[in-house]
Amino acid sequence: MSDKTTLPKRRAPLSQLLQPDLEPAPPVVEGTIGAKITVTIDGIETKVPLGTTILEAAKSIGVKIPTLCYHPDLEIAGICRICVVEVEGQRTLQAACAYPITDPIRINTYSRAVRLARRNVLDLILSEHCGDCYSCMKNGNCELQSLAEEYGVDEFRFGHLEVPVPVDDSSYSVVRDMNKCIRCRRCVRTCIDLQEVGVYEAVNRSNRVSIETFLDKPLLTVPCINCGQCINRCPTGALYAKPALHAVWKAIDDPAKHVIIQTAPSPRAAMGEMFGLEPGTTVTYQMNTALKRMGFEHVFDTNFTADLTIIEEGTELILRLYKALVQGDTSVALPQFTSCSPGWVKYAEHFWPEFIPNLSTAKSPQQMFGALIKTYYAEKMGLDPASVVSVALMPCSAKKFECNRPEMNDSGYKDVDFGLTTRELGSMFRQAGLHVPTMPKSDFDDPFGGATGSGLIFGATGGVMESALRTVLELVTGRKLETIYEHGDIIPVRGFEGVRYAELTIDEVGPVPSILAHLVPDWEWLRGATLKVAIAHGTANARKVMEDIKAGGHFSKCHFVEFMACPGGCLGGGGQPIPTSKEIRSARARAIYGEEKTLDVRKSFENPAVVRIYEEFLTDGPCGHKSHELLHTGYIDRGKFIE
Amino acid sequence: MSTSIKSSTNELTFASVPAADGLNKALALSRVDIIDAIHESKLKGRGGAGFPTGTKWNLAAAETRTPKYMICNADEGEPGTFKDRVILTEFPDLVFDGMTIGARAIGASLGLLYLRAEYGYLHEHLENVVARRRKTGLLGRDIAGIEGFNYDVLIAMGAGAYVCGEETALIESLEGFRGEPRNRPPFPVVSGFLGRPSVINNVETLAWVACIFSKGVEWFRSYGTGASAGHKLFSISGDCEHPGVYEFPFGITVAKLLKEVGGEDAKAVQVGGASGRCVPRSEFERRLAFEDVPTGGSIVVFGPDRDMRAIAHNILDFFVDESCGQCTPCRLGNPKLLQGVEMLQEGTCSLQYLNDLKGLARTMQVASKCGLGQTSSVAFMSILEHFENEVLGRKPLL
Repeated sequence: MSDKTTLPKRRAPLSQLLQPDLEPAPPVVEGTIGAKITVTIDGIETKVPLGTTILEAAKSIGVKIPTLCYHPDLEIAGICRICVVEVEGQRTLQAACAYPITDPIRINTYSRAVRLARRNVLDLILSEHCGDCYSCMKNGNCELQSLAEEYGVDEFRFGHLEVPVPVDDSSYSVVRDMNKCIRCRRCVRTCIDLQEVGVYEAVNRSNRVSIETFLDKPLLTVPCINCGQCINRCPTGALYAKPALHAVWKAIDDPAKHVIIQTAPSPRAAMGEMFGLEPGTTVTYQMNTALKRMGFEHVFDTNFTADLTIIEEGTELILRLYKALVQGDTSVALPQFTSCSPGWVKYAEHFWPEFIPNLSTAKSPQQMFGALIKTYYAEKMGLDPASVVSVALMPCSAKKFECNRPEMNDSGYKDVDFGLTTRELGSMFRQAGLHVPTMPKSDFDDPFGGATGSGLIFGATGGVMESALRTVLELVTGRKLETIYEHGDIIPVRGFEGVRYAELTIDEVGPVPSILAHLVPDWEWLRGATLKVAIAHGTANARKVMEDIKAGGHFSKCHFVEFMACPGGCLGGGGQPIPTSKEIRSARARAIYGEEKTLDVRKSFENPAVVRIYEEFLTDGPCGHKSHELLHTGYIDRGKFIE
Repeated sequence: MSTSIKSSTNELTFASVPAADGLNKALALSRVDIIDAIHESKLKGRGGAGFPTGTKWNLAAAETRTPKYMICNADEGEPGTFKDRVILTEFPDLVFDGMTIGARAIGASLGLLYLRAEYGYLHEHLENVVARRRKTGLLGRDIAGIEGFNYDVLIAMGAGAYVCGEETALIESLEGFRGEPRNRPPFPVVSGFLGRPSVINNVETLAWVACIFSKGVEWFRSYGTGASAGHKLFSISGDCEHPGVYEFPFGITVAKLLKEVGGEDAKAVQVGGASGRCVPRSEFERRLAFEDVPTGGSIVVFGPDRDMRAIAHNILDFFVDESCGQCTPCRLGNPKLLQGVEMLQEGTCSLQYLNDLKGLARTMQVASKCGLGQTSSVAFMSILEHFENEVLGRKPLL
């Protein structure tokens, strides 16, 4: 299923690539000479594959080597030097993260020379860090703080940063406090290599090195997409999501306000981590109880609008295809791109503005919900929309920007007042003394119904595509999806490969369901058609697909492409608990798919609350007048240079 | 041939070797024999690190991935070093001969000469030499009639960073990135320019390669010491009567060298540039060779009135400016050492803090990512060792 036709384009310096991937390494045959190598670490002998780094080898036998600039998701830098170890016979110490084992070496990870070097390195790092731990967002979850504790730092031996530089809080999503930056360049490598956006770079030399945006402009005025992946990988508190929790508390405390919260699928699979649970433990229903105890009037499931997104976006796709294939309208932009990831949307606006017509006009689930809360919900409950405060729990830092987009006030008010990250809400729970994992369970509130599965899998890469396909296939074929795919799971679109491609052939067609009857007369034009879809997660992968589409490659023949700005999809979002790694993201994905299996409603169009809203409120149907007014939006050609 | 290189101890080698002579003799040999000859000559890198050239070539020759690159490091930036400039000006053909011999030996198809930004005025001169060599068939296709031996050289300009003399930073710079050293291993002979096997040799090393093939391995090995064969060019400056570029055999004592240049009353000499060590008068009988006092050829003579604390300050100030800013020990350590010297000048550095700084300097020497950070504190430490009273502002007892 995976598509690896496009070679990765190297953008980072080779110094940051452990093994330049210009050509594949020869396969190592198990059992042949050279496949495994014996290494002795602190007197313990072990066998590791040739080329394993000292850090990995040590980890495999339970020896912990401290790291700062190393991150499992990123290219190796080897620059902080906190991971130095002694390799017998070598004059200098070696960076464990960067040293590939190719000889049967003997390593000492905590000799006197190593300990002295680490302490000196740590003291140097602390000399350019402001050290205000008690007033830091990362207090208690800071890699530098833990190291200082581990190595018994009791004074700032080489001084201490005293002249603060201004904090850049211009962005709606990401705050940069360079007084806490230790120049490990994880953010640089995240932005350049992992995301291929590239708003940060190291400038200057020596102790004048600083991590800057283009011309050191405020983050708001450079093409930052707000994905927050840099936040998730910053070892200190130099990068954090712009906090909204104080404003949310204030609203909760105000008796004149009716405060509701919608919760996205991904935070449920990760909130447990804020309370020390293993990654991949869902706390959906416990969190509902905790939120209500905290003072939210109602707790809604963003899955409701995820289902609505599927209906609107799916209808839009059918309309585009109908116009292009049946009516021969060549102006129709295909493939259609998803628009629920605000990081991806801003990325497209900055870097691929010529493809804005391809973006689905359907709003993201968060913003659809926002528009409905202050219209449908307020009306139904007899509330003054001005008194309703709409909060969104999201795994995302870009959602903070999205809810502040000036066009997002279709209800006549700011549709979503505040976006909270999983981390922020976790901190609010702790302030309220609410231990989420031990809370009793409770369901989501009406009128938007209980949890559904099709929206839930939006949290994982491929989830939007799977939800859309479940609905489209069943509506078009008239057959139960379970008769096409086992359990209705469309496995071809699942997985963690960066770019995936799938083809689904529509063998038979059924009658047009009433909800779409006003849009297309029949499905005959889809009989025997092959639906081509693609999925990309992480903007580096999105770039590959976009470049291929622009060049007229085979992705340009797709009908529908799902893009997520963050690696792994929303579950790896910039608002999720720190740390992050491939294993943690996989565990969250397993939790999401696991919970989804237990739910009854697994297709968007079967969600009773969705059916009801089209009967009661959006009476002119999907992509109708009302839905266009409330549930659809437009995009801006931002370009790469911002005035 | 006229030359500005001086010597009273021996015949000047470079002026006596005709262009293309070494190359033609080398190309008559098989690739294996070329490497064997360099092995036997015991030629070691003239840039300062002293890595055996034959070993380096052998490692690159053993790599099967192609294309390979033969790179000349002409980023002569070590303070007090100016011998490569003279070689490039007066004997560029020897350098290109050496590059071409190396290319034949390792199987490289392209050569790059990375020229120090400040030597920009030599660019045109070198381009002219390359153009002439292309015309006369010393570069291009089927060189010397050897079918399939295609090799050409491009001249690339540096941008002024000292650290780009470090071979992996040089490669990064060649590739168009920030000049920052890479992690090693993998070494450039395995993964260098564009991730391909690359040999980076100093200008002088390559010139000697040409001389070795012209005059013979035995001739070369008959000079110098056992571990440091042959002659070496020295860039001599500072408080002496006759500064300039000299050719001496390896193993010459500091005292003898000072006598040659008229610097006998020196208080100390800085051997090996800013990253080298400071040799006090008491050690002037030591020999300049890889096994005793190693050097890339820079000798700065300090007269009796020089202030050693000011020298330490000057050298550290240089490194504070030139650290690439990647790794913690070098990026933040050098400024701390410099600040320490300033505190010593002001009389505000406690002995305890001085001890902390010595520990820091040792950490920098073992924990920095590249040679720059590993050697930037060597001068500071040797000045502290040999001139402690002067640095601390104490009058010696007695």
